[in-house]
Amino acid sequence: MKVDSALIEHVAKNARLQLSRTECEAFLPEFEEILDVYKKLNGIDVTGVEPALQPVDLAPNLREDKIKASFSQEKALANTKHKKDGYFKGPRTM
Amino acid sequence: MSVAEFVKGVHDGQIDVVEHIHRTLEECKIINKEYGYLNLISEESAIAQAKLVSKKRKGAKGALAGLPVSIKDSICVKGVESTAGSAMLKGYIPPFDAGCVSRLRQAGAIIVGKTAQDEFGFGSFSTNTGIGFTAPKNPFDRLRSCGGSSGGAAGLAQKLSVPHVALGESTGGSIVNPASFCGVVGLCPTYGRVSRYGLIDYGSSLDKVGPIGKTVADVALALKVIAGFDEKESTTATVPVEDYPSFVKKDVAGLRVGILKESFGEGTDSAVEKSVWGAIKQLESAGVDCREISLKIPIEYGIPTYYIIAPSEASTNLAKLCGLRYGAEEKIEGDFNTYFSEVRSRAFGKEAKRRIMLGTFTRMAGYRDAYYVKATKVRRLIIDEYKNVFKKCDAVISPTVSILPPRFDEIKNLTPAQNYLIDALTVSPNLAGLPHLNMPVGKHNGLPIGAMLTTDHFKEGVLVQLGAALE
Repeated sequence: MKVDSALIEHVAKNARLQLSRTECEAFLPEFEEILDVYKKLNGIDVTGVEPALQPVDLAPNLREDKIKASFSQEKALANTKHKKDGYFKGPRTM
Repeated sequence: MSVAEFVKGVHDGQIDVVEHIHRTLEECKIINKEYGYLNLISEESAIAQAKLVSKKRKGAKGALAGLPVSIKDSICVKGVESTAGSAMLKGYIPPFDAGCVSRLRQAGAIIVGKTAQDEFGFGSFSTNTGIGFTAPKNPFDRLRSCGGSSGGAAGLAQKLSVPHVALGESTGGSIVNPASFCGVVGLCPTYGRVSRYGLIDYGSSLDKVGPIGKTVADVALALKVIAGFDEKESTTATVPVEDYPSFVKKDVAGLRVGILKESFGEGTDSAVEKSVWGAIKQLESAGVDCREISLKIPIEYGIPTYYIIAPSEASTNLAKLCGLRYGAEEKIEGDFNTYFSEVRSRAFGKEAKRRIMLGTFTRMAGYRDAYYVKATKVRRLIIDEYKNVFKKCDAVISPTVSILPPRFDEIKNLTPAQNYLIDALTVSPNLAGLPHLNMPVGKHNGLPIGAMLTTDHFKEGVLVQLGAALE
């Protein structure tokens, strides 16, 4: 796999980050060095191994499906200035 | 004075909680000027809380009545700015308490402030601070690091003269690493032992909240208070919470401890080795059966596995931080992609951007199987190898970190990959969700050295038992 600025820019776009040219240039060798660390996993055979998505086998502990008091709209909206008529206000999507 | 003695003093009316909290807050301010352990001192709410305890209202008879506690900045405290050390969350005032904070309050503990950390926990030296934040300094040498990412918590635990417990959080070693560098006791519990509700998440399958304090008894008592099932957090365990403080005085004779052979030799500072061997001898003389064991896969593959899984999870968790609802905001202009990207690019620090980039890459179509999925399978092998070892041993001992606390100018010269290697001994217990404890076991040139004990899931009592034998 070729690690170049096109790949870095593609990843940044997916990550919703705008990297400056300086940031991109600095990131390129770091990315290559870190991928070298990742390459170490090529040395281990995982055929037939189940992925571990969490470390402890916990039984699902779901609470009873009952309506309980929750945040008021006022509280939920308290941390933003972008609000209108009791709703969050965001940028246009289309 | 121990935490238990302090609490008894409060219960018996011997300690004036309000006067004591005033004194504690003054000391916090003095320490903070020199060492920078607290992002925020919550003076007003601490005094109000102390008055409630003093009037024998909320928590007056609790297990931590009147005790000053500090909370890592990534844990939400109602009404107190909680930023996880990031400009992205500057100004965010949680309208609720994290699960662990609610339990502390119910037990009568008083929150004195939010401790400094690497941004979102992304670091091992507390130097990867968010924009506008500063790195806390080592309590034994201000030119050196406190460790990380719960650096402020461990530094304050060492420096504050009054009884106090700090709550830290660990994803890949962020409780024991700073505890080691600051010469205090840090206990990272089993994944699911303490609620993550209200924790500003880094890696959801890895994050654990745990106490840091001066003694094993202090952290054991705090753990007992914060542990347990939380209906607001479906990954908390229903396994009964043990009476951890009662393990302090339990005899360790007959326990079996595995000495992790890969943690000694090349790459480990000789002074660190010497002190950890001293601790092993101390356990042996108390009747513990210590014998060499090997954890080949965890040691050899822990770092790449962790540094794929943790950034993968972090990049999804941090996707919600986009300049809407809370935290950093801009004037709303353009479409959502432009707006989100602008806010994120301005407010995330360097290491946060790096980990978001890495995690986005390892989950991207075409790379996901080779990196993320493969790492989750290696994680399974790491867990299995530990489980096999725990068939023969009650605990494993190793150095916590293989070096002494480095100077800031040394850290500055490390590349990110070199930086990640510092976690070589701590990432695997974290990947496996195993409880682990840092015990101060010596000093070299005035700098503290820590030994790490690791046990099987939900065996925190044994950690307390063995840790106390090393005090």
